[in-house]
Amino acid sequence: MTRRYRECFAALSRSGRGAFIPFTVLGFPDPRSCIGHLELLAAQADALELGMPFSDPVADGPTLQRAGAEALAAGTTVRRGFDLCAGLRRGHPDLPIGLLVYANLVVRRGVDAFYTAAAKAGVDSVLVADVPSEEGEPFAAAARRAGISPVFIAPPNAPGAALERIARLGDGYTYVLTRSGVTGAEQGAGRAVREWLQALARRGAAPPVLGFGISNPEQVAGGIAAGAAGVISGSAVVTRLRELEAGELGISAMQDWLRSMRDATLATGDEVAPGRSCVRQ
Amino acid sequence: METSETKPGRFGCWGGRYVPELLVPPLVELEAAFESARTDTQFQVELNELLRDYAGRPTPLTRCRNLVAQTPARIYLKREDLLHGGAHKTNQVLAQALLAKRMGKRRIIAETGAGQHGVATALAGALMKIPVRVYMGVRDCERQQPNVFRMELLGAEVVAVENGSGTLKDAINEALRDWASSYADTHYLLGTAAGPHPFPTLVREFQRVIGREARAQILECEGRLPDVAVACVGGGSNAIGLFADFIDDESVRLVGAEPGGEGVETGRHGATISAGSPGILHGACTHVMQNNDGQILESYSISAGLDYPGVGPEHVYLAELGRAEYVPVKDAAALDAFQALSREEGIIPALESAHALAWALEEARRVKRETVILVGLSGRGDKDLTHVRGLLGGVKP
Repeated sequence: MTRRYRECFAALSRSGRGAFIPFTVLGFPDPRSCIGHLELLAAQADALELGMPFSDPVADGPTLQRAGAEALAAGTTVRRGFDLCAGLRRGHPDLPIGLLVYANLVVRRGVDAFYTAAAKAGVDSVLVADVPSEEGEPFAAAARRAGISPVFIAPPNAPGAALERIARLGDGYTYVLTRSGVTGAEQGAGRAVREWLQALARRGAAPPVLGFGISNPEQVAGGIAAGAAGVISGSAVVTRLRELEAGELGISAMQDWLRSMRDATLATGDEVAPGRSCVRQ
Repeated sequence: METSETKPGRFGCWGGRYVPELLVPPLVELEAAFESARTDTQFQVELNELLRDYAGRPTPLTRCRNLVAQTPARIYLKREDLLHGGAHKTNQVLAQALLAKRMGKRRIIAETGAGQHGVATALAGALMKIPVRVYMGVRDCERQQPNVFRMELLGAEVVAVENGSGTLKDAINEALRDWASSYADTHYLLGTAAGPHPFPTLVREFQRVIGREARAQILECEGRLPDVAVACVGGGSNAIGLFADFIDDESVRLVGAEPGGEGVETGRHGATISAGSPGILHGACTHVMQNNDGQILESYSISAGLDYPGVGPEHVYLAELGRAEYVPVKDAAALDAFQALSREEGIIPALESAHALAWALEEARRVKRETVILVGLSGRGDKDLTHVRGLLGGVKP
């Protein structure tokens, strides 16, 4: 695991918190505005997850599809995306930066060349949205050669063999999808999530980060209480960045919202699993 | 060589299953259902009955009487245009609909470009009482209005996809997104021999009937195998169906007619094998049209059914092996062939199929000795009438 993820999760674990990881699309709504967004997010984030825009994002919902299309229309190239990462890295030497891409962008450049370029841009992890673990070996190997953590998605329908593979190939963190989303109010959902996270932990998977349908502080708190090491919030963040651009949301309101999301990662009461190791040994 | 699959889901280095992890289990489920159905006599009997009594198999093999009378070539048409639904699509749709029922799925989703696959899926859904939703690019909906109405008449729900370029690739994206949240009770009935494993294999096996019949029919007519078999290639389902039973017959030249559009040098085409490059699209490692970054480009063709910036992975492998050749055929040549078949033989072909015929006509003019050419006439041209009428500026004298 790269130093930054390791130190981040270790520090959070000591303070009884989980990681708040906002997501946005590189170059959205245009490369210049994106620089400001990245700084705004980084100020309230434990780590960042950044999507490289792709013409055919089959794993994205409408909000992120639209953001990606706008980024491409505004001239965001892969190189420009990496430049944005490198700029962010210069100002934030310790912030873990994750990249979410689609396979064709990786193979087009050459798998090794892509991971090398990512490493050079200061990226810590790469998740290829349309490469499942059964196709993941060559991608994970190239990532490790470049000093990048390969991240895999653990969906709720993955059989045991896939979980084993995800645990073996993955590094940095594990991107966990849950069946029903996470709401603090839904006890049943919380229990299902907890069991799912335990199944991953038993197999020695990298720290579990919940990455779907996280849009308010209650969901953040619910996810952390269920045992997640962190949460990624994507559509909710991008929606607010769009409102910010349109002048419908003030900058201080945006900062307040980000802070409320981050504050919600402070696990409370007996739901904290003491000694839960976020660090993969 | 029964099949050119080198290991499950791989054709050399092509193919595979590049989908979000979430979609792997439903694809594995489909693969298992497909494998068990292949050896299940009851399934085969039911499918064969449907193909015969409902869809109209076997389809005839027609020798062209007038088209190439002045040349040493003889052209035979495998008449998938006479299949119920108006194109070869019905073959594999009936099979996949049976598979859907076998897996206990209660809903079917599909993508469509020209609308032929959507129509076939809609009619199968009506027949088997399974609700169908078809994703279709908004631009294709405009180009192929009659097929939108056909699907709706058959009881399907048509969703116009506005994302991206509003064409087939965007419809596939949207169907995949639907499936990611609906796979528990929904079958994704992919329409071509592309996409993630097992689709390229499954679609080939359920389209193999085209070449199997044609092979027996031409042996009966000619007492020998054809010199060439040619079919159009968009995603490549009718071509792989025609080729499959000829792959072992080394004397038979296999030719895929790709949509050359306005010419590959203009960039306005869909000839992914002739002029594309290796990439990963819609779940398979294959040839795609893309820019230097790997962003997928919009394809172009006079025929919506060939307008796709990817292609089935087995075709890329057959090209790599040199077993099949893939040739771009321009819009203009296809349009000429469309009219020629109408006037000379009384058959109005689909614009897609006209690409294969155009290549055959050129070949007939080229050859110096007796040559038997088998053309996969994958569909009929009714759906193209408005489009062609516009292009020709009305009926010529």
